Amino acid sequence: MTMLACCLALFAVSTLNDMTMTGTVTQTATQAPMASEAIRPFRVQVPQAALDDLRRRIAATRWPDKETVPDQSQGAQLARLQALVQYWGSGYDWRKAEAKLNALPQFVTNIDGVDIHFIQVTSKEKNALPVLITHGWPGSVFEFLGTIGPLTDPAAHGGTAADAFDVVIPSIPGYGLSGRPTAAGWGPEHVARVWAELMRRLGYTHYVAQGGDWGAPISTELARQAPPGLLGIHLNLPATVPPEVTAALVSGSPQPAGLSEQELAVFNALRKYGMSGSSSYFAMLTARPQAMGYSLNDSPVGMAAFMLVHPGFAKWTYGDEDATKTPTRDQVLDDFTLYWLTNTSTSAGRLYWENVGRNPTQSAAWKTTELTLPVAITVFPEDVYRPPESWARRAYKNLIYFHEVDRGGHFAAWEQPELFAAELRAAFKPLRASNQAGQ
Amino acid sequence: MTTGKFLITAAAGACSLVLLGAAGPALKETTMTSTLTQSPQAPASDAIRPFQFHASDEALADLRRRIAATQWPDKETVADATQGVQLATMQKLARYWVTGYDWRKVEARLNALPQFITQIDGLDIHFIHVRSKHKNAMPMIITHGWPGSIVEQMKVIGPLTDPTAYGGRAEDAFDVVIPSMPGYGFSGKPTTTGWGPPRIARAWAVLMNRLGYTRYVAQGGDWGAVVTEQMGLQAPPGLLGIHVNMPGIFPAEIDGAAFSGAPTPSGLSDDEKVAYERLRFVYQKGIAYGFQMGLRPQTLYGIADSPVGLAAYFLDHDARSYELIARVFDGQSEGLTRDDILDNITITWLTNTALSGARLYWEYWGKGYFNSKGVSIPVAVSVFPDELYPAPRSWTERAFPKLIYYNKLPKGGHFAAWEQPQLLTEDLRAGFRSLRSTQGATH
Repeated sequence: MTMLACCLALFAVSTLNDMTMTGTVTQTATQAPMASEAIRPFRVQVPQAALDDLRRRIAATRWPDKETVPDQSQGAQLARLQALVQYWGSGYDWRKAEAKLNALPQFVTNIDGVDIHFIQVTSKEKNALPVLITHGWPGSVFEFLGTIGPLTDPAAHGGTAADAFDVVIPSIPGYGLSGRPTAAGWGPEHVARVWAELMRRLGYTHYVAQGGDWGAPISTELARQAPPGLLGIHLNLPATVPPEVTAALVSGSPQPAGLSEQELAVFNALRKYGMSGSSSYFAMLTARPQAMGYSLNDSPVGMAAFMLVHPGFAKWTYGDEDATKTPTRDQVLDDFTLYWLTNTSTSAGRLYWENVGRNPTQSAAWKTTELTLPVAITVFPEDVYRPPESWARRAYKNLIYFHEVDRGGHFAAWEQPELFAAELRAAFKPLRASNQAGQ
Repeated sequence: MTTGKFLITAAAGACSLVLLGAAGPALKETTMTSTLTQSPQAPASDAIRPFQFHASDEALADLRRRIAATQWPDKETVADATQGVQLATMQKLARYWVTGYDWRKVEARLNALPQFITQIDGLDIHFIHVRSKHKNAMPMIITHGWPGSIVEQMKVIGPLTDPTAYGGRAEDAFDVVIPSMPGYGFSGKPTTTGWGPPRIARAWAVLMNRLGYTRYVAQGGDWGAVVTEQMGLQAPPGLLGIHVNMPGIFPAEIDGAAFSGAPTPSGLSDDEKVAYERLRFVYQKGIAYGFQMGLRPQTLYGIADSPVGLAAYFLDHDARSYELIARVFDGQSEGLTRDDILDNITITWLTNTALSGARLYWEYWGKGYFNSKGVSIPVAVSVFPDELYPAPRSWTERAFPKLIYYNKLPKGGHFAAWEQPQLLTEDLRAGFRSLRSTQGATH
């Protein structure tokens, strides 16, 4: 592993005099040129001017009028959003978020022409199992900070030393602190190939992968590619919806015959979800990321409101009911601010366009029945849907673990970091045994 | 901070209207969203008040400041418009918006027209009202669409009201009434739900009656077509017929098949196949913004806060009109000018109506824009080739049993009045001619 000291400064500034100066990541390497496989230590240092600009923009927000309904059926409600944004522009402190990231070993390595940022925390325990964890949209590496301790140091978090993981948490290309692709072709399949190369470059010969949201399709593609060393995957947004159920949902026809009571309940919930509008952002980013992007990249409030429509935030109380409930207001703003400062709303949204409309919940869209590597699933009950075990077994032929836990939702690691870690321990235990046996 | 100011002088008693914009620089002012404030002497409920708009210098300076401070995304990762409005086009637009564009020009042209406000169903409705000097001019109410405004119709006012000055005949003259839809431009913004096309259509009938018209016709494209067809369904007394340039003609099963992305059904004629395939493209790739506004309009805080964000969102209406606009910003001259495009965006910006306008989609979600709705009064249809879909004669005849006129134009697209005022005007003269003789006969 070659390490070259390097510092990265982020600039997200543009003026009319220099319209082509879009947000850029500028690198200053102390030693150049770098070997193409170099893995460089990384720290985040956002210039104060960018933070001042963000506060200025927030203060200068031009608001629309209030929604015409008494609920969030038209989108993020004005009063709640204003309260959140008021805090964002006055009390919130990005430097704390930056310090949290910089307290962890972070690196950048260039793969396929794009700089890949990742957190890598190695357990002190022997035989720790390396796990590659992938975030989604509108998430980031911030989602997983709370679960790193429980995963890498289980003995300090109610587990045993034998449950330890080494964790690798990359930023998806186009997201956060990774580079932004300048050409098309960066769908989940490509990201998965890059992940395999990353793990190879890190020297891992046996590892597992985990993901929810976009992390699930990316981990699924990784399992399909089955690179040397990948032992299995764990998903918390599995693609289990059977083809005949998908067909009925798409066409609006009645439920297929033969559904169990539980399956019927899930079918009805999916139908309701489809009608609810929670997926409107999905349609827009799939079709026209660049049309949507201008207002997201230029307006902090516009970006926040757009992200808050994600169904993962449907029950989020903007931190105003229970300030300790995770993700807290600060945690969500850490994530949003990362998107803002890295100017990545559009580049991140493009992953939907690259995905060409494949629904992350549908088995056929991801050809899950073709997977041969072991798959583990945890169902967090408040996620966008609650896959029944019967569907999961149909979708994944080599299902080694299926468990529905009693709490948590779409952002599982963010919401329930200890429980998330406990699920990974339980899910991967059988692979760990085979791993060690094989060594 | 006041971003714009309406000054109104009414014939019977002064009455002033002040528009308080939302661009408060301080967060403490954030609840100060756009509001219409009226003078203490509220006019009688059916009063018709003269209206003019004068944007404040401050509002225009603020707009320029915001454009200049735009934080841009990266360039799209493709060589075409398949990801949305391209960066190069947006940057040309922004540069011209700041350095070349002059809002005061269109403001002066608007203020040279007779404009009024009257309250209908609790909401202030703004409209342009130009009477022809010719006797027996036919009154016509014309409705704009999204992302549009009364700016779309300004070019047809002269030809319609003064045909002899534009190559027509005196007996082709129209009186025109061009309202701003609720939530759009200078009309009031609904604060409660319910202002969908049926309610707008009812308000339009009230407006025409209030203006003293007992026999009139109605016209529209885009949402204007949906509203106009609702008028056709309601068939209020005095409405002789309608003309639409985005007719709702698809049979329900065809509309449903296109929506679900199904392969072209068998048994369609060549014209029907083209229309089906174009409609399927609209549903699959072209109208995501409609889903977004239909389901979650309040997601769009960004287009209220970012002028460039608003402009990009507006430019992305449909593939063909976007291509036209991109060519215009590349320096080609056709249909629209750079000023036309920015007039429409700037009126929306200055009135802070991006979201109140978007809510129209929410109000009508799931009811269908392009489907046949059962209008049984006389209907005239113009088919422009670059419209979202070219309506085939077969389905148009089926949708409108009293189809009095059907014409395929050689050029033009979705924004017919804006792009091809001459062609649309000629079609309106021809399309309504038969209703005019009926009108004369019964007089």
